[in-house]
Amino acid sequence: MRAGKETGMPIAERFESIGRKGRQKKTLRCGADSLAGSVSQRACVYCGARVVLNPVTDAVHLVHGPIGCAVYTWDIRGSLSSDAELYRSSFSTDLKERDVVFGGEEKLTRAIDQLVEKYHPPVVFVYSTCIVGVIGDDLEAVCKSASRRHAIEVIPVESTGFSGNKADGYRAACDVLMRVIASGQREREEAGESGSSSRDELAINYLGDFNLAGEAWIIRDYFREIGIPVNTVFTGDSTYESIRGAGRARLNIMQCAGSMNYLAGKMEEQFGIPCLQVSFVGLTDTADSLRRVAAFLGDEKICWRAEELIARESEKVKPLIREYRRKMKGKKAAIYVGGGFKAISLVRQFGELGIDVVMVGTQTGRKEEYETLFDLASEGTVILDDANPSELEKFMVEEGADLLVGGVKERPLAYKLGVAFIDHNHDRKHPLSGFTGAVNFAGEVYTTLFSPVWKFTRGGEVWENGGYSYGRASC
Amino acid sequence: MLDSTPKELKERRFGVINPAKTCQPLGAMYAALGLHRCLPHSHGSQGCCSYHRMHLTRHFRDPIMASTSSFTEGSSIFGGAANLKTAIRNVFEIYNPDIVAIHTTCLSETIGDDLPSFLGTIDIPAGKRIIHANTPSYAGSHITGFSSMTRAMVDYFAEASLPEKKEQVNVLPGFVNPGDMREIKRIVRTMGLEPILFPDTAGVVDAPMTGQFSMYPEGGARVEKIIDAGNSRYTLALGLFASSDPAMLLERKCGVEEILLKTPIGIKATDNLLMALRFGFLREISPELAEERGQLVDIMTDTHFHFHGKKVALFGDPDIVSALTEFLLSLGMQPVHVLTGTPGKAFENEVGTMLEEAGIRGRVKAGGDLFEFHQWIKNEPVDLLIGNTYGKYIARAEDIPFVRMGFPNLDRSVHSYLPVVGYKGAMRIIEMVSNALLDRVDRDALDEDFELVM
Ligand code: SF4
Ligand code: SF4
Repeated sequence: MRAGKETGMPIAERFESIGRKGRQKKTLRCGADSLAGSVSQRACVYCGARVVLNPVTDAVHLVHGPIGCAVYTWDIRGSLSSDAELYRSSFSTDLKERDVVFGGEEKLTRAIDQLVEKYHPPVVFVYSTCIVGVIGDDLEAVCKSASRRHAIEVIPVESTGFSGNKADGYRAACDVLMRVIASGQREREEAGESGSSSRDELAINYLGDFNLAGEAWIIRDYFREIGIPVNTVFTGDSTYESIRGAGRARLNIMQCAGSMNYLAGKMEEQFGIPCLQVSFVGLTDTADSLRRVAAFLGDEKICWRAEELIARESEKVKPLIREYRRKMKGKKAAIYVGGGFKAISLVRQFGELGIDVVMVGTQTGRKEEYETLFDLASEGTVILDDANPSELEKFMVEEGADLLVGGVKERPLAYKLGVAFIDHNHDRKHPLSGFTGAVNFAGEVYTTLFSPVWKFTRGGEVWENGGYSYGRASC
Repeated sequence: MLDSTPKELKERRFGVINPAKTCQPLGAMYAALGLHRCLPHSHGSQGCCSYHRMHLTRHFRDPIMASTSSFTEGSSIFGGAANLKTAIRNVFEIYNPDIVAIHTTCLSETIGDDLPSFLGTIDIPAGKRIIHANTPSYAGSHITGFSSMTRAMVDYFAEASLPEKKEQVNVLPGFVNPGDMREIKRIVRTMGLEPILFPDTAGVVDAPMTGQFSMYPEGGARVEKIIDAGNSRYTLALGLFASSDPAMLLERKCGVEEILLKTPIGIKATDNLLMALRFGFLREISPELAEERGQLVDIMTDTHFHFHGKKVALFGDPDIVSALTEFLLSLGMQPVHVLTGTPGKAFENEVGTMLEEAGIRGRVKAGGDLFEFHQWIKNEPVDLLIGNTYGKYIARAEDIPFVRMGFPNLDRSVHSYLPVVGYKGAMRIIEMVSNALLDRVDRDALDEDFELVM
């Protein structure tokens, strides 16, 4: 049986979600629900909410639902903590038949009581799952009374899975964060330190970095060096207290817009904190972002120090990148990631490495982001929204991709095709941010592209040709 | 510090901390992958399906395909009939499987979707098949889901079409790795019988690299075989929790006698498997297997002093853990903490009896979690921990040698290709266990005690 030929062409309903640079349309249909019956790579509202809140290290993350939803999110995100490790345990109410019939409020109440007694957390997040949405437990009420009883915040996360997609989960998480920020703000106001006068004139919040492999630490250190304190990171290596203090910052900078756009908007609206979109993926974007933040804060010394840092770090890494570029030039990459902004940065970063992007897709990209992608991409690049595996396969094979950038479900697919792979999601093992990250990234791309394993992947031909065949991606 | 488990044991009756099981649909999805050219279909929200695929992908390091009904707010109010209908049409049109195996999720169960009646209204393309299983996760575990989907295969396919039973044997392997399924088939074939083994994920989730992606790799149990399973003389149900239910149905429906055995892990359980074949079909034990057994006993003799009296804590899926307990006892080890996340008194009775007979006072629990298990270990330390990947937190916190066995294994590779069943599998277990124990001895030895020959 030839691979995937049974899957043939994408069916008509999908045409509007796939485009090609240079031909026809400039936008894609996106944000639509996945087709019923598709092998969608997409996750649910709960997943989105959990992704955003999970790195709050000292919280109890209690999943109100049957066991599975909690199992699949147990310590899989790879976000690092400098202190508390409570977020890495898995807590579930493990709903049973009885609870489904009679309601799970009682059980939830007891579970919260026991966990608070055991761990004394400063905050409990209670996630709702699909069946809670159906059986109609009043999470808000249960949490409110638990909150009063224990004199800590117990916050429901409205993450019933069927009520939208991952992006809605991001929003639910942002609502929760907003609640915590606002309560911190209120307390400071009551204590008399209110308004813009209580602001640290240089401090920034860094939104949309989950400190995977310690990435947020790299960025924080850059800013510290140029004289800008990072007040709160959302949400990598954050704590309840650090989130409560977010209102103190002068400026928000935002990397992962998909998850944080909504929060940034709210903070601007309620506390007047403006927001800059940044990206620390790739050399160009990193340097550009540091400059823009420094310029925004308008302090000459800071701008000057930023230039110094950029010059020094670039000097350090450019020869390495140049060397990688020389070796990898002309290779072809395919990208399939969660958010549109990351996809855009990756296209640029591959540009720095001399690698052509032949296909780019996202799970939750927004309309504007797809427009940018259409502008940025070279002629003929395939651009697609919410792809299924057979579409990924089809275009990777047709376009002759040597490498795929994706997440956990795409890895074995790429490998089966004999295509090299990079995890740019929660399974990444090295930090891929900033100058250091750009070198790590190039190194990872190189390692996978030039692995000797690709020499062996075309099994059958070895016997036929009487020698080793060479995979597409071999050196 | 990753260890946030206090030592004091206190009764906890609400909720789970650090689960030792997962949900039914995952097991059903895995079972469905054991049919040739079958696409598992998750009737519920897309999130569940995505999670189950991800989890299986991490364990097997192979692409796991499954489709979903993609419930929305509307379907959760009005029911999922319309979604299922569209989904099935699309699945056959786009992905062209021979079989679609539908399982429910908590959501479709809670809103009360009635699959059989939905299926009655769906046109199935000629030559194609649909089967279904109900898999609500608020009961049982992934093992229950695996069992239910296996049962669905019997229910939909098996037929007793001959007046006499054939000299053939059905084997239900339970929730084990494809490497184990291959080994079980080899053993039965070596005994001169052709097994009808299902589900059979060999060649599906351990398919070889060909440079091409195939939605439906070469492996998987063939439907014609499962239909013919109704004509077999016996069904060997390996593992009470995963296999007994479908085997019982096969007996009721087609009159195929069930022989319930442990998962053949360790010497005794493998002996029993061979004895069942020998007496059931009047075969001689093949010299090849007799030789393997002799080698195993030789190894056990050579190494017995490494194991004797060592205390072990083990957890995982009930059938595996029960069989493994038996093997550890044959090695002279002391399984003092034995736990499964799957609920079921039968587990506690079975393991409890084995320990009692061996004169060991240990703790046994079904439906437990790893928080409690960790507390047991804090209260009574052990020399060795055996379990799935999640055991690594405990092993680290308590600094105990750790052998990974069972599902899921998210942080080591190759495990799904090699067996732990049969005599060969038993040798492999001995190798893993003694390596873990002796590496520790070497690590901790003072210079003057550091030995070359062990
Ligand atoms: S809702 Fe049920 S089926 Fe879905 S992941 Fe959670 S436990 Fe599993
Ligand atoms: S039940 Fe809902 S919340 Fe849980 S995994 Fe499934 S889709 Fe997500």
